[in-house]
Amino acid sequence: MSSNVMFSRPAWIAVVLVAALAALLPVLHLAFPPGHALHVSAYAMGLAGKFMCYALAALALDLVWGYTGILSLGHGLFFALGAYAHGMYLMRAIGRDGVYQSDLPDFMVFLDWSAYPWYWAGTDSFWYCLALAVLAPGVLAFVFGYFAFRSRIKGVYFSIITQAMTYAFMLLFFRNDTGFGGNNGFTDFKRILGHSVTAPETRAVLYLATLACLVGALLLCRWIAASKLGRVLQAVRDAESRLMFIGYDPLRFKLFVWTLSAMLCGVAGALYVPQVGIVNPSEMSPANSIEIVIWAAVGGRGTLVGPILGAFTVNGLKSWFTAAFPDLWLFALGLLFILVTLFMQKGLLGLLKRRPAAPAAPDSPASPASPASAEGAAKSEKEAA
Amino acid sequence: MKSWRYLLCGAALVLQGGAGPVAHAAIAPAALQALAGDDPDARMQAVSDIAAQADGDAARVLRALKNDTLYATPDGKVYIVDGPSILDAATGKPPVMPDAKPGATLAAASAVMPAGLDGIVVNNRLRGAVDAALSGLALLSPRRAERLAAARALQGSEPDAGQTILLRKAAGVETDAEIGALLRQLLAMADLRAPDAATRKQAVAALAGSVDPQARRMLQAMLARSAGSTPGHAPDGAAGAVDAAGGAHGEPDPGVRAAARAALDAINARAARTEWIGNLFYGVSLGSVLLLAALGLAITFGLMGIINMAHGELLMIGAYTTYGCQSLFRHYWPGALDWYLAAALPASFLVAATAGMALERTVIRWLYGRPLETLLATWGISLMLMQLVRTLFGAQNVEVANPAWMSGGVTVLGTLVLPYNRIAIIGFAFLVVGAVWLVLTHTRLGLFVRAVMQNRRMADCVGVPTGRIDMMTFGLGSGIAGLGGAALSQLGNVGPDLGQAYIIDSFMVVVLGGVGQLAGTVIAALGLGEANKLLEPLAGAVLAKIAILVFIIVFIQRRPQGLFALKGRSVE
Repeated sequence: MSSNVMFSRPAWIAVVLVAALAALLPVLHLAFPPGHALHVSAYAMGLAGKFMCYALAALALDLVWGYTGILSLGHGLFFALGAYAHGMYLMRAIGRDGVYQSDLPDFMVFLDWSAYPWYWAGTDSFWYCLALAVLAPGVLAFVFGYFAFRSRIKGVYFSIITQAMTYAFMLLFFRNDTGFGGNNGFTDFKRILGHSVTAPETRAVLYLATLACLVGALLLCRWIAASKLGRVLQAVRDAESRLMFIGYDPLRFKLFVWTLSAMLCGVAGALYVPQVGIVNPSEMSPANSIEIVIWAAVGGRGTLVGPILGAFTVNGLKSWFTAAFPDLWLFALGLLFILVTLFMQKGLLGLLKRRPAAPAAPDSPASPASPASAEGAAKSEKEAA
Repeated sequence: MKSWRYLLCGAALVLQGGAGPVAHAAIAPAALQALAGDDPDARMQAVSDIAAQADGDAARVLRALKNDTLYATPDGKVYIVDGPSILDAATGKPPVMPDAKPGATLAAASAVMPAGLDGIVVNNRLRGAVDAALSGLALLSPRRAERLAAARALQGSEPDAGQTILLRKAAGVETDAEIGALLRQLLAMADLRAPDAATRKQAVAALAGSVDPQARRMLQAMLARSAGSTPGHAPDGAAGAVDAAGGAHGEPDPGVRAAARAALDAINARAARTEWIGNLFYGVSLGSVLLLAALGLAITFGLMGIINMAHGELLMIGAYTTYGCQSLFRHYWPGALDWYLAAALPASFLVAATAGMALERTVIRWLYGRPLETLLATWGISLMLMQLVRTLFGAQNVEVANPAWMSGGVTVLGTLVLPYNRIAIIGFAFLVVGAVWLVLTHTRLGLFVRAVMQNRRMADCVGVPTGRIDMMTFGLGSGIAGLGGAALSQLGNVGPDLGQAYIIDSFMVVVLGGVGQLAGTVIAALGLGEANKLLEPLAGAVLAKIAILVFIIVFIQRRPQGLFALKGRSVE
């Protein structure tokens, strides 16, 4: 597949430029001493690394929501599962440096456990945990998706049961007896593959790995979206019944893209843990999953680049607001949800492009069109354009 | 003076209720002498003996001992000296002095103090025994409440021999059914220690109906073996106290042991039954809470198809309105504080309904036909409402108190307490369901609502103002959420996060019950409540909740339309 099908020439240049600029950050961080004009602080680099993890999650969501029309309120769960899987390795890597100086993590000592439970087997291997970070969300998504798509659950029903699933997992991980640290989750990591997690070099490598994964995922998603498979996915979004009538089985396409998206989210989570240094069950709260959705919506769904932009915009705003006006952040976020859905259906990218695009596809072509809804849709179309 | 009057009153009361004043020397002089003596064990025994007499004289002497007004002379006579009056402890009459005139007044008698009076010293051990004896004597009080309290006080510990005599006496004269039953239970527990096997067996049989945990412990002790026991038990073994293996049973007689086992089984079975009924009740209670939380959603989501993620916050608004009404009453009309709910219910309905209608007009109306966008926009609204409440009322929970008539509970089956507030909310939930059903089926608004939901265009054509009906329907659903919030405020914490706790459960109830089905919502709510509470003892609260969620997820995969599917063309 030639590259200019995936991106237009200016878009290619933009992607390469931005990626190169982003890759420069850790170099500046390491090469210049603090105080130098070109020095990038550890905080700024850490923030950018965290945002890239969020962007990867938003990108993964865009693949299912923007292209296939499946709104998942469970991507926070896949993200957290990837984070927990990698966190298991990081906990093992603490070794005897914990508070209790035991072979077991502190929380297990605290629970009076004498050995690792069976599902911790093999987690002292970095590569096994990395595989787990991809496979655990993948398998869960595959099983859940298979049954959900097979019984043709779609639209808001699918959204609601993914939310219920996230909620159930959150309750499960909050239990101490589940064996994942309960309320406190995993934290106090010491080293990764023998290197200190707090060392600037380690952090720079983690940052670059995140950047590589993000760019790689963007290219992969773009390739899928531009391929014939991508066309079928958009057909699922726009007219699933017609697609079935002409002989496609939507189940396989939906299941593929849904599982892939969950795995990408798992990767994002796995990259997130060592950079942030903590994972706990609140990552699985339904609110977090919905926030991923709003990142994609703000940036512009169905564009792949948009969600990345959205993740950076919303989280940048969040960092600024929570420092400057902590009480106002939730008002701003709530307003963002409303304004984006009412007036900015194409998100920031839609504003940037400024050219009349193809009409936005309704979520559910089968829903009864009321006069009010037709008016409303037309109105917001106009405002969006 | 005060203590003197108290003493006389107490004595008089006990006299009325007890065996009555008697002419003979009521208290054995030997016991009084022992009380005045030096031997601590003899003194304890004397208190026990005096208490066992269980009449007014005994009460008077014990009270005097407790109040340090009991005095002894060197020749072994014991007197009650309180202020100016002197009474002979043995008879309760003024002491007969050679030079006293017949019919002398108390004041006159006081003039003649016996020589060499010395206070009887009470140490802590003795004081404890006296207190216990006096509380036992309260079993003979003429006031029902006092007798009941005395009987209850004896529960939970093994009655001793002195108390047993008292109990037997009290049980003989008790007329109140409840206290009588309690006393017989206590007596049966005391009889478990009787030397006679037949008495013990009778006592065991009487205890089969007991709800006192002490009775259960004592029966278990009878069946337990002392050290060196072997497994296996021969109820009809002839060996008696020590069987072949050498382990001694708490109860030597095999016949009594068999009876004790049967009684214990009966007690355990009843306890299990009580617990099960308790779970059933709490299940209905949880179900009614879910129902109140989900009923509004059954209208806005079920009938109108609007995914309102701010539904939980409408519940919260209702709860905070209740809090506001309570504060207003407390400030301006404290006398009627118990009735603040009467104002809070309509207020929370109206406030939540107004908020809902404002939402519908400003945001939701522009998103009809785009359910996923509605979901996101209403989530944004919910975030803003939560933050608004945090700004106005603070992030801490506010305190909403039950009115007095709603606190406390009714005790059934001996040990199960059903709180009044839960009972009230179960009733309230069904009232609200009834009201919603009436509105939807028997009013013009309900007719329009159903018409618009079934065929919007046709309704529009025949002149139904569909836009306004949308607003009213959403307002109705929101108002019901407000009522639910008012009810929830009576059960749990009221805080900015109140709604978040219920939003997922509410959606589960509506989806499980079947969209657009009031009956489905009711059955789903009660079913989920029951399932949750019945699973809880098996798996713990969190796992039960997870199991329910998994069940719903699986159920929806099998039956996407819910329990009660709409039939025909209205499906999709």
